[in-house]
Amino acid sequence: MTSLATTTPATGRRLPRIDLWWLPRGLVLGLLAFIIFGPLTNLVLWTVAERWYFPHALPLEYGFSYWQRVFSPRGNAMESLANSVFVATLTVIAALALAVPAGYALARLKLPLRSLILIAFLIPQAFPNLPVYVNIARLFYGLGLNGTIPGVVLVHVTHGLVYAVWIATAAFSAVDRELEEAARSIGASALRAFRDVTLPLAAPGLMASAIFVFLESLDEFTGSFFVGAPDVNLLPLLLYTAGAGGNYQIASITALLLLVPSIAFMLVVERFLKADVLSRVGH
Amino acid sequence: MSKRLLGLILVLPALATITLLFIVPLGASVVGAFEVEGRYGLGNFDKAFALYSQDILFTVVIVSLSTAIIGLVAIAIGGYLTLGENPHAVAVLRWLYRWPLFIPFIVVGQVLRTFLAKNGMMNNTLVSLGILTPLETTSFLDWRGIVIAFVWKQAPFVALLVSGAMASLDRGTIEAARNLGASRLRILIEIVVPQVATTLIVGLVLSFVTMMSVLSVPLMINAQSPTMITADIAFRLNAYRDYGVANALGLISLLITASIAWIYLRHNVRSRA
Repeated sequence: MTSLATTTPATGRRLPRIDLWWLPRGLVLGLLAFIIFGPLTNLVLWTVAERWYFPHALPLEYGFSYWQRVFSPRGNAMESLANSVFVATLTVIAALALAVPAGYALARLKLPLRSLILIAFLIPQAFPNLPVYVNIARLFYGLGLNGTIPGVVLVHVTHGLVYAVWIATAAFSAVDRELEEAARSIGASALRAFRDVTLPLAAPGLMASAIFVFLESLDEFTGSFFVGAPDVNLLPLLLYTAGAGGNYQIASITALLLLVPSIAFMLVVERFLKADVLSRVGH
Repeated sequence: MSKRLLGLILVLPALATITLLFIVPLGASVVGAFEVEGRYGLGNFDKAFALYSQDILFTVVIVSLSTAIIGLVAIAIGGYLTLGENPHAVAVLRWLYRWPLFIPFIVVGQVLRTFLAKNGMMNNTLVSLGILTPLETTSFLDWRGIVIAFVWKQAPFVALLVSGAMASLDRGTIEAARNLGASRLRILIEIVVPQVATTLIVGLVLSFVTMMSVLSVPLMINAQSPTMITADIAFRLNAYRDYGVANALGLISLLITASIAWIYLRHNVRSRA
C-alpha cells in the first residue's frame, strides 16, 4: 500500500491525493527565502536610502544622490572598479598558467606524496593571512613590488591557487582516460592528445576554476590592504573604509557592485561544474 | 620513471609560487613569533595567552559551532534535493539555496550588518509579525552574528559539493531501501551520508580553514571583546605594530587548523587503503 502511494514522483503524480505536507514545506521554503533574500533586500534598500534611522522599518526618503557621489569623477569607485577587474583578470591568467599543468599531473601522472602536494595548495587558505601578508609586504618592499599591481596580483594568485589546482585536478580526473589513450594509439603525440582531447573535455571545469579565481581576487581584502593600499585602490578596500566610517550607503553601493558578478556566476555555475567533477574535488 | 619526473616538472611552478609567496613568509612569521626584542623566547606566547586566551577559546567555539551547523544544513539541503518527492519543492530549493554561494565575505559582512542590526530587516519583520515589540528588539551583532554570517556564506558551498556527490550515487540502493519501507530520514542517515562522507569532510575542512582566516566578518560584525583571533592580529598590528604577538596568535591559529587538516589527511589515507 505504501509502495503504491510513494513510488517515483512521476507515477505518484498520476494518483491525485491531498498532500498534507504542502504547509510545512511551504513554511520551510518561505523561511529559507527570507533568510537568503531578506539581507539582500536590506542591502538594496540601503543603497537608495537618503535618510533612515531607528525605529523606522523603511527609509524615510529614497533617492540616488549616493550613487551620484560614488560615480562622480571625484569619487574613487570607478578607479577601484577598474583596478579590481584588471587585477582579477591578470590573476586568472597567471593562476591558470600554473594550475593547468599542475592539475593534469596530479590527476593523471604518478606523483610521490600526492596527498601532501594537494594539501600544500591548501596552506594559503589554512593560515590566517594577516601575519603572512605583513611579511610579504616587507619582502615586496625590498623588491619594489609594494603598492604595485604586479605585487597585488602575485598575492591574489597565491591565494587563489587552491581553487585553481583542486578544481583543475578534479576536472582532469573526470575526463575518461580511455579517450586519451585512444588518441595516443592512433598516433597522436602526448601533447596533441592533451590539446585536442583532454583539454577541451576538461574545459568547463577549468572555466569554473577560472571564475572561482576571478571572484576570489575580487573578494580579497587582507592582502590587498597590506600590499596594495594606499597606492592600488580596490573595491573591497573602498567598501571597508566606507563601512568603518559609518557611511552605510556608500558601503552598500560598493557591496552591490561586488555582488553582481558573484550572483551571475552562481546562476550559471552548474553549466561549468558538473556533478562528476564536483564529486572528485579533493580526491 | 620519466612520467614521475614529468609530473614533478608540471607541478613545480605552482609549488614554487606557493613556497616563495606563502611558505617563506609563513616561516618568517613563525620565527617572528619566537622573537622578543632580538632574542628568542616564549614571551610573545605568554603575552598572547594572557591577553587573548578568551578570544582563542571564542574562536575555536565559534568556528566549530559554525562548522557543525554548516554540516547539518548541507546534509539537509543535499538530502532533500536527492530524496525529495515533490518536484516543485526540489526545484525551488535548488534555485534558492545557492544564492549566497559566491558572495564575497566582505559583502556578507556588510549585508548581514544591516540585516541583523537593531533596526535591521530581521527585527522589523519580527515586530510587524507581532512576535516582538520594538522595545524587545536586540542587535544580533555579536557571536551570533558571526555564526549566522559563516553559516549563511559557507552552508551553500558545502551543500553544493554534497548534493553533487549525492547526485552521482547509485539510485538502486536508495530505491531498494525505499521499497522495503525505510523512511527517507533513515535512508539519508544510513545510506546516503556514509557514501558522501569524504566529500562532506572535504567541504567542512575547507570551510573551517576559510572561517579561521576571515578578517572582514569579525571586524564588521563584532569587533568588540570577545572577538576572533584574526581581529586581534589586525589590532596588534594597527595599534602597536606588535609583530611578535601578532605572529604568535597566527601560529596558535595555525595549530588549530593543522589539527583539522590532520583529521582530513587521516581520513583520506584510510579511505584510500
